[in-house]
Amino acid sequence: MTQATDTPSTAPKSRFAKFWDSDFAWAFRHSPVAIIAALVVLLLVLAAVFAPLIAPHNPFDPATLNLMNGFTAPGTPNAFTQETFLLGTDDQGRDVFSTILYGLRISLFVGASAVFLAMIIGVILGLVAAYFGGWAETIIMRIADVQLTFPAILVAMLIFGVAKGFTPPEYRDEMAIWVLIVAIALSDWVQFARVVRGAALVEKNKEYVQAARLIGRGSIPIMFRHILPNVLSPVLVIATISLALAIIAEATLSFLGVGAPPTQPSLGTLIRVGQGFLFSGEWWILFFPACTLLGLALSVNLLGDWLRDALNPKLR
Amino acid sequence: MSLLTIQNLSVEFPTRRQLFTAVDKADLSVEPGEIHGLVGESGAGKSTIGAAVMGLLERPGRIASGEIMLKGEQISGLDADAMRGLRGKKISMIFQDPLTSLNPLFTVREQLTETIQAHLDLTPSEAKQRARDLIDRVGIPDPDTRMDQYPHQFSGGMRQRVVIALALCTEPDVIIADEPTTALDVSVQAQILDLIKELARERQVGVILITHDMGVIDDTTDRVTVMYAGKVVESGPTEQVMGNPQHTYTRSLIAAVPRPTIKLHRFPQISYGGRETRFAIEDLASHWPKVENDPDKPLFEIRNLTKRFLQRRGLLPWDRDYFTAVDDVSFDIQAGEVFGIVGESGSGKSTVARMIAGLHPVDDGSVTFDGKLVSDLSDKAALNAYRQDIQMIFQDPFSSLNPRMRVDEIVAEPIRHHRLMEGKAIKKRVDELLDQVGLGSGAGQKYPHEFSGGQRQRISIARALATQPRFLICDEPTSALDVSIQAQILNILKDLQEHLGLTMLFISHDLPVVRQMCDRVAVMKEGKIVELQNTDDLFASPQTSYAKELLDLMPKLDDLSTEGLNAAE
Repeated sequence: MTQATDTPSTAPKSRFAKFWDSDFAWAFRHSPVAIIAALVVLLLVLAAVFAPLIAPHNPFDPATLNLMNGFTAPGTPNAFTQETFLLGTDDQGRDVFSTILYGLRISLFVGASAVFLAMIIGVILGLVAAYFGGWAETIIMRIADVQLTFPAILVAMLIFGVAKGFTPPEYRDEMAIWVLIVAIALSDWVQFARVVRGAALVEKNKEYVQAARLIGRGSIPIMFRHILPNVLSPVLVIATISLALAIIAEATLSFLGVGAPPTQPSLGTLIRVGQGFLFSGEWWILFFPACTLLGLALSVNLLGDWLRDALNPKLR
Repeated sequence: MSLLTIQNLSVEFPTRRQLFTAVDKADLSVEPGEIHGLVGESGAGKSTIGAAVMGLLERPGRIASGEIMLKGEQISGLDADAMRGLRGKKISMIFQDPLTSLNPLFTVREQLTETIQAHLDLTPSEAKQRARDLIDRVGIPDPDTRMDQYPHQFSGGMRQRVVIALALCTEPDVIIADEPTTALDVSVQAQILDLIKELARERQVGVILITHDMGVIDDTTDRVTVMYAGKVVESGPTEQVMGNPQHTYTRSLIAAVPRPTIKLHRFPQISYGGRETRFAIEDLASHWPKVENDPDKPLFEIRNLTKRFLQRRGLLPWDRDYFTAVDDVSFDIQAGEVFGIVGESGSGKSTVARMIAGLHPVDDGSVTFDGKLVSDLSDKAALNAYRQDIQMIFQDPFSSLNPRMRVDEIVAEPIRHHRLMEGKAIKKRVDELLDQVGLGSGAGQKYPHEFSGGQRQRISIARALATQPRFLICDEPTSALDVSIQAQILNILKDLQEHLGLTMLFISHDLPVVRQMCDRVAVMKEGKIVELQNTDDLFASPQTSYAKELLDLMPKLDDLSTEGLNAAE
């Protein structure tokens, strides 16, 4: 009863028109939650990318800071300098709005890079485990199982700590961001590996894979040309939800003081700095970075949930 | 007054782009004790009628017009509660897959007594007695022990008997059987159909039997309704419709059914609905490499082939348990012939094909192709040459093409892999191939999901022909297809064999199809070849009791109209 709904044949459409007409785009247009979440994410990403153009101050340049501007409340002129700051300033007179924009940059960069790295590791290991089976599968999946028994944040802290021990002190601050990315990625690849393995096990037994083997294709082309494109939709969903988790993981690590250094504050670092002033009246130092983090993580998560529903063929 | 009357029924499924009418003004009536066949190809709307009667239309489907009457009372448009009281009590259903229609966590008795007590006012012991009688009646031996077993302890056929008992346990007036035997082997299918027939007479139940199988219709039903694209095209007593079809569609459908008694040269192409497609075999034959086969030597020599699958893993060899799927199988395939392997599910026929193709490693025995032992082909060049010569057409047209690859990439892959051509020549070759299998060269730009099952099978054939093989393995190439599409695909395969001189290994569970396609046939049972004969001899005088039994169970289709059929000379 699933006769294809024949569209009347028209002139060839442009690529965008085709996409806009697809079921996927249609589902997006009919989900207010997805549209709002996508707009928030887009806004925050644009703000992060163009931070140097938007931000009124450069919070990393000590020369532009004026300690007299410290603790200015949002929207009110400073008592000494008469300068006004949209979201107020922190203890060192840095504009909170600017620090959020720059912090967002680091949070997004660390989160996206970590997820990307975790995805590459997880997808490759998952494919290898599913396709070759046997010892390779046993070893990879047991490591994954063992790692799952620890909280991801603990694994990340462990990796971060070990890596820090090996970097010379003079490079520590520079390397911190990269170490953070690797630490989060290594704590997060398991999900990708498990999902890819499950999906690839199903695909591996389909006849098109046997047809490829019959042609004489080797293991690598079959894994990457044939199986990989067919397991990508769950990976995409996991990647989106992982992005929210990775951003939160980064913020948690930075909040605990083991992540981004104070010279390059991420949203987590800003929240750590701000929480010291929460009960002394300077609420804005904590409140605005926290709201940004919340908005970002929530939007990405909602987008991931919607993506999961839209790509689930059962609900389509 | 009829037991169940369907009048002017239309069922619609609103979709994003348009309103899809699954059933269009259908009429149908069922008398007590009558089996009414509902036949049509996939998408004809026959299952939708069943679902509409049961009140189980999936959202957003809805009954747009017409009425369904049970014993004179209208039941379409009843609310969900009233429908629930009717469903399972007055109308019950038998589904295709007996494995999923029983709850694996309850014993057969628990499932039966639960249904009985939910609908009939009986004490637990009366319900139990009734359940036992039913289990006995549907022919399950030793009912007292079997009743307390779980569904997984029953075979497929026995499970379907339990499902029938479950459908009967509330004395329904109407049973809707939706493809009740499609998942079963031929031998079991015949028993189940006989049982349904007997019970319908005995209890005066009206049965709507939904199927795509003309053999089932011919053997089992009293009346038949033929559907095409949501519309009823013909309805009447079975003998009349089968023997003297009036509507063009019914005629084309009946002409496409493979017969066990006459071997056809080609299936007649009476097309309906404008689906005529050209297959340009002559173009293909003109530049097909001519290989001189040694007439004295077989192309394939299969000797003592054995395959064991690990059933229980174990670190130590004596802890492991093996299941012998193929047991000491030997045969030859002569160049240019179509060699058939026929058998029920689990007989090991596909495993043999996969071992010959090199998809399963051979545990024991040898495969010799064109005088060379295949297991000795260790260097890459020799192995690649072998792979070019052997191609395969798979059963499921929906999983045998990579959904993420464009059709031209799919067909070009073997050419690219074996470096048979370069650059522009590949594209030209792919377009030619797609054109030759009747898809038109524009098909290359699309993805597999844009094609129907029969068209996909053509893409599969184009891919198989891309390396210009000498040997084609067809593993149930048409068992997932509708009967008219099956006729087209079988005609293509016959053309390939005749014009290109391809040798084929043809695997099927369907005896009439084997009769049409094969020169020689091996009958397999439990991993062994029990009989190997020329096809004509096998059908005329089977030597072993197993082959006799299979042939006896096969629908004879004697009363089907033979209009338009030309026997092979």
